[in-house]
Amino acid sequence: MSRQELTQSQTEIIVKLDNGRKVYQMGTQQVAALGGINISFKKGSFWAIMGPSGSGKSTMMNILGCLDRFTTGHYILEGQDVSTLDDDSLSELRLRHLGFIFQSFNLIPQLTVQRNIELPLYYLGWDSAQSANRAKELAKKVKLEGRLDHHPMELSGGEMQRVAIARALANDPQILLADEPTGNLDTATGNQIMDLLVDLNNQGKTIIMVTHELDIAAYAKNRLHMKDGKIDKIDGDTHEAI
Amino acid sequence: MKQSNISRNILSGIENLMLHKLRSFLTMLGLVFGVGSVIAMLSVGEGASKEALTQIRKLGSTNIIISSIKSAEQESSSTSRSFLSIFGLTYEDHARITESFRNVRQTAPVKIMRKDARLREREMELRVVGTTPEWFDLVQREVIAGRILGWVDQQRQTPVVVLTEFGTRKLLATESTIGQTVLISGNQFEVIGIVKSESGAAGNIQVPDQEVDAYISIEVAKGYFGDIFAKATDGAWIREKVELHQIIVQADKTENVESIANAIEEMLQKFHNKKDYSVSVPLALLKQAEATKRTFNIVLGSIACISLLVGGIGIMNIMLASVTERTREIGIRRAIGAKRKQIIIQFIIETVVLSTVGGFIGIGIGVLIPVLITYFAGMPTVITFQSIVLPLLISAGIGIAFGLYPAIRAAQVDPIVALRHE
Ligand SMILES: Nc1ncnc2c1ncn2[C@@H]1O[C@H](COP(=O)(O)OP(=O)(O)O)[C@@H](O)[C@H]1O
Ligand SMILES: [Mg+2]
Repeated sequence: MSRQELTQSQTEIIVKLDNGRKVYQMGTQQVAALGGINISFKKGSFWAIMGPSGSGKSTMMNILGCLDRFTTGHYILEGQDVSTLDDDSLSELRLRHLGFIFQSFNLIPQLTVQRNIELPLYYLGWDSAQSANRAKELAKKVKLEGRLDHHPMELSGGEMQRVAIARALANDPQILLADEPTGNLDTATGNQIMDLLVDLNNQGKTIIMVTHELDIAAYAKNRLHMKDGKIDKIDGDTHEAI
Repeated sequence: MKQSNISRNILSGIENLMLHKLRSFLTMLGLVFGVGSVIAMLSVGEGASKEALTQIRKLGSTNIIISSIKSAEQESSSTSRSFLSIFGLTYEDHARITESFRNVRQTAPVKIMRKDARLREREMELRVVGTTPEWFDLVQREVIAGRILGWVDQQRQTPVVVLTEFGTRKLLATESTIGQTVLISGNQFEVIGIVKSESGAAGNIQVPDQEVDAYISIEVAKGYFGDIFAKATDGAWIREKVELHQIIVQADKTENVESIANAIEEMLQKFHNKKDYSVSVPLALLKQAEATKRTFNIVLGSIACISLLVGGIGIMNIMLASVTERTREIGIRRAIGAKRKQIIIQFIIETVVLSTVGGFIGIGIGVLIPVLITYFAGMPTVITFQSIVLPLLISAGIGIAFGLYPAIRAAQVDPIVALRHE
């Protein structure tokens, strides 16, 4: 690889985990939830993280989502080492660079669909007129423009997840983190959600998704298999594992 | 941006209140009653003390008032029909007080009688005050028409009378006032002046001119009506000989009031073999009233603090429950990018909204109660600006103080744990 090519490929790397370890102290015993993770995700890639229960998927997602930090090692997000940032700075990163999609949707029940979608914009300090416009735009994108004034309870599971996706897109993040996004949905609805994620990936979003279902993982371009806190194997079209 | 965030926080605070209307209302109740009772109590206290203070001030802060009283033994013996009880202040007392003290600026002897007055067909009972021109200076009476008693009237013992506004209207009706002749107990008096009426009482101190209708020269009073008064008590006629009902003494400055009063007391003791007089010092009463008011306010303040504290604890309790209930929401907000500080602000604002709404309802009640008290019980009440603003600030302060701990608890929620929370 020429020097120029190397630089080129490095600029395309959006997430880089460098010897990341996460150790939990359980009394006198140490549990290594993640033991030396080395991997890079390219901008615009779509990854499915798979593995048996207890293999470290959630721990990895928490760290990728800037909700948690490695005990040792580095996490380089869009070229910035975020492994030692404080709580406020991590909040700021989540606010500006990340979008979350959860298995159980995690909408705020007392807020309307519109207000749920607007939530990131509220913390970004947008004014209400701008936020309302953006929320409408996003609702249209997930085909929920007629549901803006509804409360989450009045929606079906698929609709709730679409609201959650709209909310995750509100701050226009580079990376979407999805933790079993179809886990609470029937197959047909799950497939619709996956189509939506594929669409978003095609529009340039980097997507990292945890799933244990093979047919859901098949929507991703790359698959990362975890075992005992380590990367077991990687497959897919393109990858950049170090 | 900051501004709109706060107003949106306030809005969402109100929305959260509306979400649990009954719960919010019950939570606020403690504060509502706390604030309401503070305002009500303060306004009643303020009303009572203000009335007392103005009455006492009316007596003059440099004045000493010496009154004739019937001593207890006389009270019991005077029931016999023919008995003439002799008591009280004398003309000599007045002369001695006037001459003996260097720091006394002026004095006024006062003789008070009830007499029938008559002008043509109009008849009424007057309280006739026999006194000297100094009186008008001592009580600071506003002259509405004509003039007050002068030295010439005093010396020549001319039968002239100064009426109070109230008496004038009743007796003279529409006839022109000055120069009219009225009959008082059959004696002709020429009306020479009209002064403003005042009425009221401060505690047990009667203002001498409280219901006064007519002022005449003391020499005239003595000459025409004498010193013996008959009055009906329990169906029997009791005759009393009282030379002076009051002596009003004015000190040159307030610092000397106390010592003069003591000296007068001492002197009177020497010349009276029984305690048939009392010396009262409006200034002392004023100080006492102010001290009482202070104590009153401290007691009320403490009660208020306790009730507000109870209200605050109620609010804190519900906010802690709310934080636990909304752990997941907090986790979502944190995952989306809310900083700890923003979670704290959100919960504090919600608490302040709760407590301030409670405060406002409390103010409504607190303002209504004194109005009702005044209307139904006739008690004076005064609602001051402070008595409204203070409880409102306190209830907002309670929101901050008691909201702080739940808010910090909310901010400490770990989003990873919270998102797993069902
Ligand atoms: N907060 C924690 N405290 C202690 N051990 C933990 C904690 N979270 C995860 N672990 C441990 O780390 C390992 C990986 O867990 P996790 O990342 O949840 O796996 P997965 O999501 O793949 O099931 C497990 O052995 C788990 O018990
Ligand atoms: Mg897991």
